[in-house]
Amino acid sequence: MIYQDSKILLEVRGLCATVNNSEILKGIDLTIKSGEIHAIMGTNGSGKSTLAKVLAGHTDYEITGGTVDFEGKNLFDLEPEERARAGIFLGFQYPIEIPGVANNQFLRLAFNTAQVQQNKDELDPLEFDDLVREKMKLLEMNPDFLDRSVNENFSGGEKKRNEILQMSLLDPKIAILDETDSGLDIDALRIVSNGVNQLANKDNATILVTHYQRMLNYIVPDYVHVMESGRIVKTGGKQLALDLEKHGYDWVTIEKTAAVGA
Amino acid sequence: MGAVLQDLINKPYEHGFVTDIESDVAPKGLSEDTIRLISSKKNEPEWLLDFRLKAYQKWLTLEEPEWSNVKYPKIDFQAISYYSSPKPKKKLASMDEVDPELLRTFEKLGVPMSERAALAGVAVDVIFDSVSVATTYKEKLAEVGIIFGSFTEAVHSHPELIKKYLGSVVPVGDNYYAALNSAVFTDGSFCYIPKGVKCPMDLSTYFRINTEESGQFERTLIIAEEGSSVSYLEGCTAPRFDTNQLHAAVVELVALDNADIKYSTVQNWYAGDENGVGGIYNFVTKRGLAKGKNSRISWTQVETGSAITWKYPSCVLQGDNSVGEFYSVAVTNNYQEADTGTKMIHIGKNTRSTIVSKGISAGHSNNSYRGLVRITPTAANARNFSQCDSMLIGDLCSASTFPYIQTRNNSAKVEHEASTSKIGEDQLFYFAQRGIGSEEAVSMIINGFCKDVFQQLPMEFAVEATNLLGLKLEGSVG
Repeated sequence: MIYQDSKILLEVRGLCATVNNSEILKGIDLTIKSGEIHAIMGTNGSGKSTLAKVLAGHTDYEITGGTVDFEGKNLFDLEPEERARAGIFLGFQYPIEIPGVANNQFLRLAFNTAQVQQNKDELDPLEFDDLVREKMKLLEMNPDFLDRSVNENFSGGEKKRNEILQMSLLDPKIAILDETDSGLDIDALRIVSNGVNQLANKDNATILVTHYQRMLNYIVPDYVHVMESGRIVKTGGKQLALDLEKHGYDWVTIEKTAAVGA
Repeated sequence: MGAVLQDLINKPYEHGFVTDIESDVAPKGLSEDTIRLISSKKNEPEWLLDFRLKAYQKWLTLEEPEWSNVKYPKIDFQAISYYSSPKPKKKLASMDEVDPELLRTFEKLGVPMSERAALAGVAVDVIFDSVSVATTYKEKLAEVGIIFGSFTEAVHSHPELIKKYLGSVVPVGDNYYAALNSAVFTDGSFCYIPKGVKCPMDLSTYFRINTEESGQFERTLIIAEEGSSVSYLEGCTAPRFDTNQLHAAVVELVALDNADIKYSTVQNWYAGDENGVGGIYNFVTKRGLAKGKNSRISWTQVETGSAITWKYPSCVLQGDNSVGEFYSVAVTNNYQEADTGTKMIHIGKNTRSTIVSKGISAGHSNNSYRGLVRITPTAANARNFSQCDSMLIGDLCSASTFPYIQTRNNSAKVEHEASTSKIGEDQLFYFAQRGIGSEEAVSMIINGFCKDVFQQLPMEFAVEATNLLGLKLEGSVG
């Protein structure tokens, strides 16, 4: 939701990034204020997942230009784990499996790391168990999930629910959800979307990176950005996503070409 | 490989210091004269000298084995000093009389012996270089009839036991390094658990190699009489040196009817620097004879050190219904090479064996599992289950598995499972994105990987082992 007295959380200016010397981001400008929900849409290869990973600090990408300020500080001064502790959360498109590491152990370590960061008390295993089970109920997750290894042999839907569970535990300032809707059936989409909606408040912000409009039926964005070839080529309100769904991504391109031609 | 991993890999060896204690070192070289010198220094009986000389003669006829998957420069056996002992001022009666310099060394290692013994209730038979310097809790053990002390001492106090069992599990000519050890061993531990006695505490020995270029040849013998049980802990750490040091120990275990021996090792000897210079060569023969019915021999090892590791703790399952177990974590980093595994020889009926091996390779290291499961014709209904998992950290290391299975009895059931996994950048990024740094992430992944083995360790040892692995692999993932 757009609030009058909101403050700028994230300010991206002219961001350029390459992977293996190939330029993926070619000058991104984006301002995210507290309370807002942004959707970033675009075709495969348009650079939207790259933007998500670059913001989280993935080491495969090299920043070749531009600036990103997070709460007024240079984001690139922070290591990936420092960004996470500062409140940047990335919900992964393909959450990786970590055999041998139990979910409850992983979640508690992540949670307690965040607690320490915020000068709050760490929770012991029993206290944490109560908390995590409470959170899991909201996402309609099976309790046996806690004893399983992180993401190992999880279905696509379970992996995505796990991402949202982690988001709910870590209570980030900015949640970047990369294709969280992919691989979800209708019920799971509703549950996951509810989870995201419940976490959104006037102090945090959500960035939904998605290919399809369908998740936006559940999570209503304040802004929709369309990416193409490493740039944001169009920005609008929630109606833009509906127009895209109706006319396809070509429509933006054609419209843009027409505009340039005129 | 990531910079953090590089840093972790290159962390200097914490225990790399040399204690300045006057040592009594024999001239370099190996001959009958050297052996006679060792034997006379130790004031040994004639039969033991004969044992040594027989082993030496056998050794001369053997070839250094070359089948293992490790590479190292040829060892010059004439360039090694075969006897070294800290010069004792006088016979020691209590801990207070131990050389303070020696005690400080243990402090640095984080093994405050006195405290440790008191707090943990562990009897520590401390081996410093080759001679036992102090033994604690002996009296308490003596109350229940347990003999636990240095091998040398036992030669004099219980010659009949040594005579009966020495070389009964690992014969003098068993292999090249066992023959060498039999000829020149200096000291080690001896443990005897009488009939029906459950050892009231874990028995523990801390080994430490101190004198540069002095080979270490420990000899350990543990005998568990009918219906007895014992848990024995062996922990090792060595100071930093630039020349390679040879270590060739022999450990023999004998379990009689219904007896149970659990032998746990945490090994952290100097592995050489980040370029592979220096480090211990560790050629060990460890074997347990499950001689009696329903007896059990269980080996648990956490191998993290040494430049070269060549070690196959084995079980000979002779008694009917006897059980053999091998749980192993072997970690190699930098230029370390490990060829380790086990042999399970099934002879008795209904014998069972379990093998769980976890190999972790990082840096440029090379980690091999080599195991033999042999079911002899007499071993009706024998069972074996083997699981060999390898984990790779980085792109420059390697892991190999060489399982040998020989079955000569149709009723046998042998299972083997193997897997290879890798700690990747993407896993570390996932942890990082949840605020967890790479050191903690690696430690968590590794501990998860090794869980099945660590569960087998006694509690305090499990904690030590966990810390040790963290230290060894900090930052080695990229």
